Amino acid sequence: MSTSARYWREIPQRYRYEASKCKGCGAVWFPPRLICAECGKREFEDVTLSNTGKVQTFTVIRVAPNEFCDESPYAIGVVELDDGVMIQCQIVDCLPEEIKTGMPVKIEFRKVKQEGQAGIINYGYKAVPAA
Amino acid sequence: MAGIVGYGAYAPKYRIKVEEIAKVWGADAPSYKRGLMLREKSVPAPDQDVITMSVEASRNAIKRAGIDAKKIGAIYVGSESHPYAVKPSGTVVAEAIGATPDIHCADFEFACKAGTEGMFVALSLVEAGKMEYALGIGADTSQGAPGDALEYSASAGAAAFIFGKNDTVAEVEHTNAYMTDTPDFWRREYMHYPRHAGRFTGMPAYFKHVTGAATALLEISGTKPEDFAYAVFHQPNGKFPTTVGKKLGFKPEQIETGLLCPRLGNTYSGSSPMGLTAVLDVAKPGQLIFMVSYGSGAGSDGFIYRVTDRISKVQDLALKTTDYLDRETIQLDYGTYAKFRGKIRMSE
Ligand SMILES: [Zn+2]
Repeated sequence: MSTSARYWREIPQRYRYEASKCKGCGAVWFPPRLICAECGKREFEDVTLSNTGKVQTFTVIRVAPNEFCDESPYAIGVVELDDGVMIQCQIVDCLPEEIKTGMPVKIEFRKVKQEGQAGIINYGYKAVPAA
Repeated sequence: MAGIVGYGAYAPKYRIKVEEIAKVWGADAPSYKRGLMLREKSVPAPDQDVITMSVEASRNAIKRAGIDAKKIGAIYVGSESHPYAVKPSGTVVAEAIGATPDIHCADFEFACKAGTEGMFVALSLVEAGKMEYALGIGADTSQGAPGDALEYSASAGAAAFIFGKNDTVAEVEHTNAYMTDTPDFWRREYMHYPRHAGRFTGMPAYFKHVTGAATALLEISGTKPEDFAYAVFHQPNGKFPTTVGKKLGFKPEQIETGLLCPRLGNTYSGSSPMGLTAVLDVAKPGQLIFMVSYGSGAGSDGFIYRVTDRISKVQDLALKTTDYLDRETIQLDYGTYAKFRGKIRMSE
């Protein structure tokens, strides 16, 4: 139940990439914050992250945790979106050996995991090579 | 007049060839390829389903419509492979595109016709003045039983259409339906794969209903096949739509743009809707489009669209359907395909 509750709370970020932009210094926080870690202000405007970016760094998981073992080997990377925000996510729709630092990617909506055979399906974002 | 204000499609990157499936079952690939007029089919990645593809197709539709998703008053996802038995696909899709909470939602099911039924209802709500915009989606990740003829064609894809009254890219001039109780294809609850009545699926099912809807649609609209720039029919394989089009008096040039099955497979609820997106991608103002879907069980929905001037302004605003087909694909061997599609019995 706790997994589902957390997943549900995070829907605005997982589904719609909602972030907060500080009205004081303009820093963009993802996930959103209550207090800006740059300038300490508490006023933000809602922004949606860009859905394109570049691979900053990545690693290939060959020995996966149980719930992801069907997927190994798979790549997890840090993607710098075009608006400068860094996100961490899987990089899919390509062979791990084809991934390169600096590779342009697009963010797509994907299944992230299933809470067992009978549980809910968790959806979220992953990076795919830009078309 | 109400019509489509935005449209979009999505197809996965993975493919499997007819030869690769035929090899495993000792079948004759050339005769399957000829008989089905089909070379390869799309396969969803393990992290893709009706919901994820519907989200991508809808995002493309919203880009072309150029509207605030909050103004969409209804969402209907038509599919025979909804990820949940109970919990509408539309709930997740609407949340992902930012259309919640003021939105009507229910999932539709009618074999391969669920998508066009969703489109018809979305259109009708807009025409009735109940809401400014409504979204109809056809999407599937269908499965044929291993070794069954359907395994060669059952594929994955999605198409989404936002209907509205202003700034349409294609007005809907006529609609109709033709439906009977015909048990040509079905799947009982808790069964993994569908069953079909073999040869029965042709004449009394597909051809009867598509011809029935198409003939009535030509009659009520007072049109003739030669009035249309394009015709799109449901595509369970490449052969049926080609044959039915010819029988109705359409020429191959009118059918080929929307005929995606030879290299995409049968995307079920996404089939004729994706064909329509491929046509809209290249259509010119003033052209007429004829469309008839088909869903086993059985029924067909007919639509006549007239393309407006706005089409040329939106075609390049999102990835085109052929962009998804022409991009570099990843070919799967049967083993990997079986793993992707959950056809392998795993340790519990
Ligand atoms: Zn700040």
